[in-house]
Amino acid sequence: MALVNKKFFPKPLSHILNNARKYSLWVYQWGLACCAIEMAATFVSPRYDVMRLGVIPFPASPRQADLMIVSGTVTDKMAPSIRRLWEQMPDPKYVISMGSCANSGGPYWDSYSVTKGVDQIIPVDIYVPGCPPRPEALLEAIVLLQKKIATEDVSQRWIQ
Amino acid sequence: MSNPSNWNQASYISAQAADARINIEIESEGTVLNLGPQHPATHGTLRIVVKLEGEKVVSADPVCGYMHRGYEKLTEVRTYAQVTTLINRIDWLGSFANEVPFILAAEKLMEVEAPPRAQWIRTILFEMARIANLSVFLGEMGVQLGAITPVFYAFRDREFVLNLIESATGGRFHPNFDRIGGLKEDLPKGWLQSTQQAMVKMRHFCDELEQMLLENEIFQARCKGVGVIPADVALNYGLSGANLRASGVDWDIRRDQDCALAWKHCDWKVHVLDEGDSFARYKLRLQEVRESTHIIDQLCQSIPSGSIMAKVPKIIRVPPGEAFVNTENPLGEMGYYVISKGGLGPFRTKIRTPSFNNISILPWLLKGVYLPDVITILASLYFILGDIDR
Repeated sequence: MALVNKKFFPKPLSHILNNARKYSLWVYQWGLACCAIEMAATFVSPRYDVMRLGVIPFPASPRQADLMIVSGTVTDKMAPSIRRLWEQMPDPKYVISMGSCANSGGPYWDSYSVTKGVDQIIPVDIYVPGCPPRPEALLEAIVLLQKKIATEDVSQRWIQ
Repeated sequence: MSNPSNWNQASYISAQAADARINIEIESEGTVLNLGPQHPATHGTLRIVVKLEGEKVVSADPVCGYMHRGYEKLTEVRTYAQVTTLINRIDWLGSFANEVPFILAAEKLMEVEAPPRAQWIRTILFEMARIANLSVFLGEMGVQLGAITPVFYAFRDREFVLNLIESATGGRFHPNFDRIGGLKEDLPKGWLQSTQQAMVKMRHFCDELEQMLLENEIFQARCKGVGVIPADVALNYGLSGANLRASGVDWDIRRDQDCALAWKHCDWKVHVLDEGDSFARYKLRLQEVRESTHIIDQLCQSIPSGSIMAKVPKIIRVPPGEAFVNTENPLGEMGYYVISKGGLGPFRTKIRTPSFNNISILPWLLKGVYLPDVITILASLYFILGDIDR
């Protein structure tokens, strides 16, 4: 860690660290609506089996999670809780926004009670389109996120 | 205060008041526990404020609205075809079943009836939606009690039904297949045979779960006699569906009301249980899934040939009027009260969803039960948040 403090992080070390991080993503499932069922199908169905990608979907609380999947309609009543639990996650944290509702409001684009996109309240890394997206689409999103983590520069991420 | 008897009375009253004060001081304030809004047992985002005294529940207040998307208002600015897309997402596990009562209400206003083949296909898909919906319940109930295995079985076998729905309608979850006057398309080739094969698998799934959960000692100990709803209370709170039938009320809209669907053409029976506890609710839904597979089998064999679309204009304008149609959805009675003023879309739609009435019994039902039983009761009542909040 002394190396990190000097704003210098050796590349091989970064490579090892990133590879370790990308294959142990603890997912905090924020299942809100229809997409939650497709997310459940991805996580518990033996057909899709997300654990082969190194994703562990059962953290006890957001404080143990690296990745949050917001799946479903975010309403104005729910938005403060999402923000609050996102703030509770420890820092190298990622967010996948699953489904049209979480991306942009989806079919409720003109509703009075729906937040039009979860990216208004928290930063989103990967968007998954679809209403709801198929389980394969969520798997693809996780693979994309792993690629993103693998190419990350650790010193840039943590040292301002 | 000269009379001694008055003196006695006054001292008695003050002593009583002092006792009451002490009682208030000794009585603990209890714990207030927030179950949800993000809690796996609540099947979504229901929040229940539970006041506890030790481990007993003193009061429980469900707080709805975390999933309120404003359906009734949105239907006012959509055309009839667009409304179908929207209302798929009310009860997202049995999507096709949401479309049917709305389309039937619109057809009632237009005085159109779908041709027999369309009615048959509608009923088959309706029952498939029921299987897709209830199989999640059958697995999830085990998870709430600490048995993880059933949910793997449920999601594995549910895929067979979802695949069939997808191959017929194009949508895994939200088919959007119903049109006013009929259906979007006819069934693909060989679909009926593969449906019958899948139904055999679903019956096998029911047998497996029966062995795994219903005969399990722990499951029985935690569900039998827990969360008992007597028949009169169930009727007063407006419960419907399996929750009502598990309390011994023999009421099923599929059988008791006449609508333009094909249930009256096949041989099936309504299951009723008298116990009214969590175990009965689970057992009843298991039997309903099995009954649904038999209904689908019969309908696949007796499906008539012919057109799937009645004669309706291309641009649909529903004549002015009011209509209410309700059907027996996987969760209970679902109905749409549609008011039309002759426009392209409904003027006003009132949606009667089963889950909202089913959870209205929670404050009564959860009073005095132990905290671990709250989870069992919530799971066995089986609600879906989109269905509660709309």
